[in-house]
Amino acid sequence: MTNPYHVVVCASVVPDPLQTLEPITGPSGPALKNEMMLPAILDPWASHALYEGANLVKHIAGSKLWLVSMAPKAKLQQVMMTVAQKVPLQLVAVDGPSSGFADAHQTATALAAAIRGIVGIDLSRLLLFGGWESASRSAGVTLQLIGEELGIVDQFQGVDAITPQEDGSFEVLERVEGARHQVSLCAGPPAVLGWATGNLGEPRNDPQVGMANMRTIMPALQRATVAAISADGLQYSNVATPKQQRQTRIVKDLPAEDIAREIVQWIKQE
Amino acid sequence: MDTILFLAHTEEDGTLGKPALEALGAAVELNQALKGTLVAALYGATAQPAADAIANCGASRFLAVAGEDFASARYATDAAACEALLRAAQATIVITAATSRSSRVMAGVTRRVGGCVDTHVTAIAAGSGSVTVTRWFYRQRIEASLTRTQRPWVLLLDPGAHSPWQGASGSVTPELIAVPVTESMRRTTVRGMITPPADQQTIRPDAKLLFVAGAGWTKKQKDGQTHVPEAETLIVDFLHKSKASLGSSKSLVELTGENQSALRFMSHLNQVGQTGATPRHPKGLSTCCHGEEPHTVGWRFIGERRAINLDPNCGWARGKADVLYVADAFEVMGKVNALLLPS
Ligand SMILES: Cc1cc2nc3c(=O)[nH]c(=O)nc-3n(C[C@H](O)[C@H](O)[C@H](O)COP(=O)(O)OP(=O)(O)OC[C@H]3O[C@@H](n4cnc5c(N)ncnc54)[C@H](O)[C@@H]3O)c2cc1C
Repeated sequence: MTNPYHVVVCASVVPDPLQTLEPITGPSGPALKNEMMLPAILDPWASHALYEGANLVKHIAGSKLWLVSMAPKAKLQQVMMTVAQKVPLQLVAVDGPSSGFADAHQTATALAAAIRGIVGIDLSRLLLFGGWESASRSAGVTLQLIGEELGIVDQFQGVDAITPQEDGSFEVLERVEGARHQVSLCAGPPAVLGWATGNLGEPRNDPQVGMANMRTIMPALQRATVAAISADGLQYSNVATPKQQRQTRIVKDLPAEDIAREIVQWIKQE
Repeated sequence: MDTILFLAHTEEDGTLGKPALEALGAAVELNQALKGTLVAALYGATAQPAADAIANCGASRFLAVAGEDFASARYATDAAACEALLRAAQATIVITAATSRSSRVMAGVTRRVGGCVDTHVTAIAAGSGSVTVTRWFYRQRIEASLTRTQRPWVLLLDPGAHSPWQGASGSVTPELIAVPVTESMRRTTVRGMITPPADQQTIRPDAKLLFVAGAGWTKKQKDGQTHVPEAETLIVDFLHKSKASLGSSKSLVELTGENQSALRFMSHLNQVGQTGATPRHPKGLSTCCHGEEPHTVGWRFIGERRAINLDPNCGWARGKADVLYVADAFEVMGKVNALLLPS
């Protein structure tokens, strides 16, 4: 195949989902209690995008992959220790907030600038990857905004598969309502693909890949540009974790028959 | 004065889907509260049936972009249509349903018109002239209200978050807005849909009950053996009789992906949770699923919650469910199926 891709994966870091999150009011609006101390991971859906991107690059000669991530530098460095062992990548780091409360519009502008600044990138070959929603803002808007900023009008969200064709075009499967997939054929890059789960499992840690990556990751972190994100007319109120605690009635030692009857009655109740 | 734009794509037959009518309900309500002007805008292959259906919604103008080029959900043409409609309406606030089709384009459209966007909105309120919207952050773990000063402000309302607009149909001729479609907007062709076969169609958004299966169904049971075929029969039988929608834990869908002999009808689309769906159903029954936080955040919009688990210390016991039955789900579901037998 003679149509290499320049894959850029946008992924932020998010708190490990097993952590308890507690909102507080910080100097620039809502924040998480102990935000900098919470163990973090690479955003899960964006991680799928990274694995899919790496797989694509592996199979199509001449292709390249960059991971563009905006997060507080120290956090990013910590998360990269693990991510670096997954797939070969070149990191482009932007030092800025990774908070779910940081405005997506300005985040997108900062990320688009970082992508434009990548040395050696051919934007006509660009496949802009990322998660279709983050685990922080959970909005699904950042990639679209970056795509528009870069003038890309072939965009896909909830992507579960990309299949390159011989002529340089590619087929995309997107999740739509009713557990269906919409099938599209796109003439070729540039395009935006916001990934859902895809089809690849998480790659095993490979220390050799990790070592090779770290040689470029550390300088990339040092070079990280600083992005200031302001509130810009956005104001929050009532930021709270809901009352999620229920008074659980624990039913033990009841015969299966009786439990079944209770459940059926409950299901049938209007 | 605010101009509220209700924006919707039409369905294949030219009508409006339920999520669109819910967004219209919210738009009408907001418009009343703000004493603004309501404009309705539609796009799709045809718009006339939809326009007639909402002719009496109180909109002062009806706009439409219609034609074969706008039949399918393609970013380039949908974005162009929505951009033209937003510009024609001169709206300050835009309300549209968070369907997959509008979610694909609305942020991009917002950028074109220099506005701002919020998605997965669950409530819109107007008080003393200002508008506040509510949405969830960190995958349904933190709820926040917010306001913005920038306009136009585009809001994507989550399906199920508002009651649908109801009213008599009428007849109205929408102003047709011409949107030139260039070759570069046709670089993508929508070829169709992949739909699961009817007997494997397990996701039913309108079901009263969400039935969640966890990895326990495929684990060794008290006799030291796995009972996957039996689990499959019990679950399929229950879904058939109860018409419940099927959800899954992440662990179970991943097992299914690795091992084709595990529950064949499960896919990532069934997954509920942090990296899965957050469906809305009045009731939910969890079976053989531990109820860890990354799973249960997907239960945010489930009303009554019950769980069956062998482990009295599982996550459900710690305030995640209303009732936890400490029992063997194989036994209980067998009996449930027997009781559900049509008489
Ligand atoms: C980044 C990240 C994202 C994640 N996202 C999600 C997500 O979106 N969705 C999700 O579900 N998980 C998610 N997880 C994983 C989550 O933390 C749990 O690992 C997962 O939910 C466990 O699935 P399970 O309860 O089915 O399996 P297990 O933890 O294996 O639990 C099986 C349960 O079955 C019970 N059991 C066994 N046999 C029986 C029987 N006969 N009768 C009754 N009970 C029985 C056992 O007691 C046990 O509690 C995520 C994790 C991470 C790190």
